[in-house]
Amino acid sequence: MWFAALLVYLFLYLPLTVVVIYSFNDSRLNAEWVGFTWRWYEVLFQDEEMIQAAVNSILIALGASLIATMLGTMAGIAMHRYKLKALPFLVITPVAMPEILLGVSLLLFFIQVLHLTLGLLSVLIAHITFCVGFVAIVIRARLAGMDESIFEAARDLGATPWQTFRLVTLPLIMPAVIAGALMSFTLSIDDFVITFFTAGVGVSTLPLQIYSMIKIAVTPEVNAVSTLLMLLTLGMILLAARFDKTVLRGETR
Amino acid sequence: MNKEKLTRWLVSGPPFLFMVVFFVLPALIMVVASFRFPGEHGGLAPMFENSSWQFTLETYQFFFSDFIYTEIFLKSFLIAGLTTVICIAMAYPVALLITRVPKRFRDVMILLVVLPFASNFLIRVYAWMIILGPQSAFSVAINSVVTAFGFEPVPLLFSPFAVIVGMVYVHLPFMVLPLYTNLEKHDPILLDAAQDLGANAWRRFWKVTWPLSLPGVYAGSALVFIPVLGMFAVPDILGGTGDILIGNLIKEQFLGTRDWPFGSTLSIMLTLAVLAIAALAMRFSRKSLSYA
Repeated sequence: MWFAALLVYLFLYLPLTVVVIYSFNDSRLNAEWVGFTWRWYEVLFQDEEMIQAAVNSILIALGASLIATMLGTMAGIAMHRYKLKALPFLVITPVAMPEILLGVSLLLFFIQVLHLTLGLLSVLIAHITFCVGFVAIVIRARLAGMDESIFEAARDLGATPWQTFRLVTLPLIMPAVIAGALMSFTLSIDDFVITFFTAGVGVSTLPLQIYSMIKIAVTPEVNAVSTLLMLLTLGMILLAARFDKTVLRGETR
Repeated sequence: MNKEKLTRWLVSGPPFLFMVVFFVLPALIMVVASFRFPGEHGGLAPMFENSSWQFTLETYQFFFSDFIYTEIFLKSFLIAGLTTVICIAMAYPVALLITRVPKRFRDVMILLVVLPFASNFLIRVYAWMIILGPQSAFSVAINSVVTAFGFEPVPLLFSPFAVIVGMVYVHLPFMVLPLYTNLEKHDPILLDAAQDLGANAWRRFWKVTWPLSLPGVYAGSALVFIPVLGMFAVPDILGGTGDILIGNLIKEQFLGTRDWPFGSTLSIMLTLAVLAIAALAMRFSRKSLSYA
């Protein structure tokens, strides 16, 4: 069993290690080790399309995480406080479905109903749709572990619902709110499938850019951007986990 | 309206409204689109034309008339099934091991399973492009064995094999986490009892641990099977021209040939399949819970 488990861990880490190592390889091919170089990182930082894609990704991720955190926090509180049937279903189903279904249905909706030109806005809306559920789950888990009597005490002392929220609930769930925001940011910046269907031709994001490079011409520049993106998301997730441990259980997508 | 009710609406209203508009409505539009005619230049034809409503069952008839679509659905189920079984086989030793190490190591070991998945999904797939590529050390080693036995060298990349490896790699933690959550709750005393009664390690596993872990196995299976069923990127990147699954078919209808009604029909078929699998998984795990 020890041995089998060890092999599985190897299986998990070997491929990513290979990607990182080849990002420093002084050869156009991902085959033989030739020598160490920073060349691919230099190429990367001069690649204007890639930089534009990175800027788009960050803008979308900032917007999506901000709005999804607000909506998700509301949803999480509502799901905890009230016996709602429809809301948990609406919020969690998009997370559990194959992503392609959300992608194509939004594509249809944006073009056929809203007559929207696909671009930053359509991607932003699409990302919010699947991030809300993740935030709501983290918030609800946090609230579930809390003593109800704190909120009752606030009410008994004459606090309005808004005061109770601002002075009691919000400070208590703050770690989960921050964790949810960081998680949404990560999910958004990493998303490929849903972005693929909702971005149209004009706008690119990092994953879309990586995809087209993989499909057209693989150079170690892909390895370099992958390595940097890996570091970024790794940092975000570890940071999120510091605020709220349920993130690690939730972060399975 | 009293204050309590107002608060309730203020808190649940905005997320509710957002999800209705951007999740329920698009889903309904897709159902409607599946009964419509394709437009002349792709997309959808007008719904109301020549003073009559334009609806049709054509796309559904088309789906069942050509066996190729049923075949692609069956193939997708087969790939998803294989991926699930391999994931169970690989996740089990890891999950079991984590429950048997001292408590303070457990979080780290779980973290080590989840961590690779902090990297972008495409990067994880791309990594296998390198490893299975024709010039990679792995491919060369495999093929030197193959040719030593007198066979033609086999290309590893752009094959069904590569697709399954990629699918397993991308979905493995979905299996490890629920399995571990389940195994963690088992009372070790049950295994002691089985041992005292003379059961060897093999029997202890199959008669005690395995049946008790079934809810975890079913939960993990649903979490692996469902996303694999709709995946288009893995076959797109690692598969050959023949390795087309439901996801690729849907993508092609929406972005390639732009036959949106048929694309919607395929999406609805996929949704139905997913719902069936989810219902099945829930039924099974409830049944096995009542055993345990």
